Amino acid sequence: MRALLLRDLSLSVRAGGGFGLALAFFLIVVALVPFAVGPATSTLSLIAPGILWLGALLACLLSLDRILALDWEDGSLDLLATAPIPMEGVAAVKALAHWVTTGLPLTLAAPALGVLLNLAPEGFLWLTLSLAVGTPALSAIGTFGAALTVGVRRGGLLLSLIVLPLYVPVLILGSEVARRGAAGMETGTALALLGALTLGSLAAMPFAAAAAIRINLR
Amino acid sequence: MPELGKYAAEVLSAYGISLTLLSGLVLWSVIAGRRMRARLAKAEDELAKGREAS
Amino acid sequence: MSLWEYANPRRFMAASGAVLPWISGLAAVLVALGLAWGFFGTPDDYRQGSTVKIFYLHVPAAMIAINAWLMMLVASLIWLIRRHHVSALAAKAAAPVGLTMTVVTLVTGAIWGQPMWGTWWEWDPRLTSFLILGLFYLGYLALWEAIDDPDAAADLTSVLCLVGSVFAILSRYALVFWNQGLHQGASLSLDKEQNVADVFWWPAMVTLAGFVCLFVALVLLRTRTEIRARRLKAVVARARMS
Repeated sequence: MRALLLRDLSLSVRAGGGFGLALAFFLIVVALVPFAVGPATSTLSLIAPGILWLGALLACLLSLDRILALDWEDGSLDLLATAPIPMEGVAAVKALAHWVTTGLPLTLAAPALGVLLNLAPEGFLWLTLSLAVGTPALSAIGTFGAALTVGVRRGGLLLSLIVLPLYVPVLILGSEVARRGAAGMETGTALALLGALTLGSLAAMPFAAAAAIRINLR
Repeated sequence: MPELGKYAAEVLSAYGISLTLLSGLVLWSVIAGRRMRARLAKAEDELAKGREAS
Repeated sequence: MSLWEYANPRRFMAASGAVLPWISGLAAVLVALGLAWGFFGTPDDYRQGSTVKIFYLHVPAAMIAINAWLMMLVASLIWLIRRHHVSALAAKAAAPVGLTMTVVTLVTGAIWGQPMWGTWWEWDPRLTSFLILGLFYLGYLALWEAIDDPDAAADLTSVLCLVGSVFAILSRYALVFWNQGLHQGASLSLDKEQNVADVFWWPAMVTLAGFVCLFVALVLLRTRTEIRARRLKAVVARARMS
């Protein structure tokens, strides 16, 4: 499984692998927000936690179809199905690779972008923490969505339609942590709930994704 | 028509939109059903004829 | 005579064909009766005025919207476990009905809310859950349309229905949490938890019974269409071979 992980990581970092694209998208979206809502710092600092969460979520979404579609097209997915590792392991590794190449960089970049949006000083810690806890869930859920639509040509839009409603609880809780943190309110409950959601997704999604991949490979 | 008072627009539009949506759904289901039944009957006819001919 | 006998498409077609006219008639009568009674025969609420009449549409639609998804969940499980095609097709058939009911719930909820809340939309947890439910219905239907192989489509949409159900419940709880946060909005209780006087209750029950019959009638009708569509594919394929 480690070999699979390293392979996926190196593939994405290579040219054309899309590694920096999620980050670039995140930056662009955040930069566009003041143009859309006006530069008043009070507005921006109010919406900053939510916008940063939404931007990170959308950036994650965009890189989802790469997880499986490329392997599907060149037949590697069929090979992986016959490999000694269980399909659930493959799905889990794919989700992990997605997180390392997308979720993690977004989490690390978020504070810098928070500066652009006048995020309140107390908010930086909670924003980063909530993204750190929440983005693995986004990767796990996204991998499930990608598995469902892997056989559909030009399935990007369908993937978004399916995955975005599934993202709602994570978005609500994650941005709730970030918002409350920025306002100086108590964040413990929200963070605990977010953590539970992430752990649950990490535990269950590989099974659901593996089932979907197997169906598609038939 | 009962005295709907100041909320007449709201009540009537709520009923209007809902009944339109629901009748649309019923109509669509009925028409699609009829169409499929006709197509299936035709296809089964052609299959039977094809079998008789051969 | 167990329910499983109707998993056989031929038996299902025969039984549903016999039942359909009756259940459709019953649906038409009950819905017409309930709505007419509610619209013409009930007084205004002292607080909400005549908008309380929207209750007779909003509540039954909301109940069907949720229960349609539950029925799809059960039908999906039956498909995944016992591989009865009728079950998978019934789930597919129920989806547009559920979606329409969800839209009716949202529209009537928004219109009802306008005089009460002063805005056409309010991010009340209940109404927002229905918005998310609508999105789940859309995703489910889109997936059915996107997959060519019917059995794979049935399998994938069933898995989506299962996972979606879990997340729909999670969303519901997350939304309650979310609404308590910085937003002090008064969440207007729009269902029977309020003390609903008998005079409003009975027309609502009749309409609800009518909506249930309507749901059953539509699902039976649409499942028959799906079964015929599947048979049509088989017939065309056989004709091509001979």
